[in-house]
Amino acid sequence: MKTINKLWIGLVVLIILCPIGLMLPEHFKAGAAWGEWGADEMTSLVGYIPKGLEKLSNLWKAPLPDYAFKGWEEKGMKHLSIAYIASAVIGIGLTVLSMFFLGKMLAKKDDK
Amino acid sequence: MHIPDGYLGPATSGVFYAVMVPIWIAVSNKAKKMLKSKQVPLLAIGAAFSFLIMMFNVPIPGGTTGHAVGGTLVAILLGPWAACIAVTVALVIQALLFGDGGITAIGANCFNMAFLSPFVGYYLYKLISHNASAASNRRMFAAGIAAYIGLNVAALAAGIEFGLQPLLHHTANGQALYCPYGLNVAVPAMLGEHLLIFGWVEAIVTALVVKYLQKQDPSLLNVDEGVK
Repeated sequence: MKTINKLWIGLVVLIILCPIGLMLPEHFKAGAAWGEWGADEMTSLVGYIPKGLEKLSNLWKAPLPDYAFKGWEEKGMKHLSIAYIASAVIGIGLTVLSMFFLGKMLAKKDDK
Repeated sequence: MHIPDGYLGPATSGVFYAVMVPIWIAVSNKAKKMLKSKQVPLLAIGAAFSFLIMMFNVPIPGGTTGHAVGGTLVAILLGPWAACIAVTVALVIQALLFGDGGITAIGANCFNMAFLSPFVGYYLYKLISHNASAASNRRMFAAGIAAYIGLNVAALAAGIEFGLQPLLHHTANGQALYCPYGLNVAVPAMLGEHLLIFGWVEAIVTALVVKYLQKQDPSLLNVDEGVK
């Protein structure tokens, strides 16, 4: 099999395994990444929510915030994992499409 | 390392967009010259891999989480300009669709993860692996060390960007307007956790993939083509 096809398969395997990136932090009781706190965490850390931060943090409403489905947040790790995998599929699908589009625009056609 | 909306003041966000626009133009021009059609699938896989590896959050028990980025790996395979394009695409989709990294911070996040990390990593890799044969272990170690330092340079930059905010923006009574932690907290926190944990994840992932490709298909490592 060509190496590039093996790499595509490797990518699919990693997509299926990606909920590890949710489970490990939960298991080891790790919180948000440094500097990526939500309003509650910010308040408990410094005692207030910086005013500019509060204003700007609502600037953009992502359709799938934190790689999760709206309303599924409290449904437990199984649902979160499914949403995480679905997010990976959507995100990677768009990434790959974008790269092929950019590649088509940028790459030289003549030399194969 | 995905700086969210609200942590950087408008000045900082604007500066990094202004810095990134010429870089994006330069790497696109480089791609027009260098990128071959047959490399596009590998570049797409590289971008997808970067997107995905950033979803593998690694915990510091009882503390924060972090992740690898994969920029140095893509740079080793296809050149730093290609890695810059690939990681930029991953970061933009993460910000727009998943709210991972702010839209105002896309410039800063791309500067750290799509520019600094792959370029520093790539040239270190070139320096350390210098004329080592395609199959040599030195090439694998070079990849690991370069990836480790590449990610830590990005973490240092993010720490500085966070840490400058209380100096630049605060209310009359001293409350921060954006990121509330100064350089004395933000830099040791960002750099420390990447030096201790996340940098090693980046190093091991990069070294393992390079090792795999050495066995599988050394032509992908582009040893003979020199600096690109």
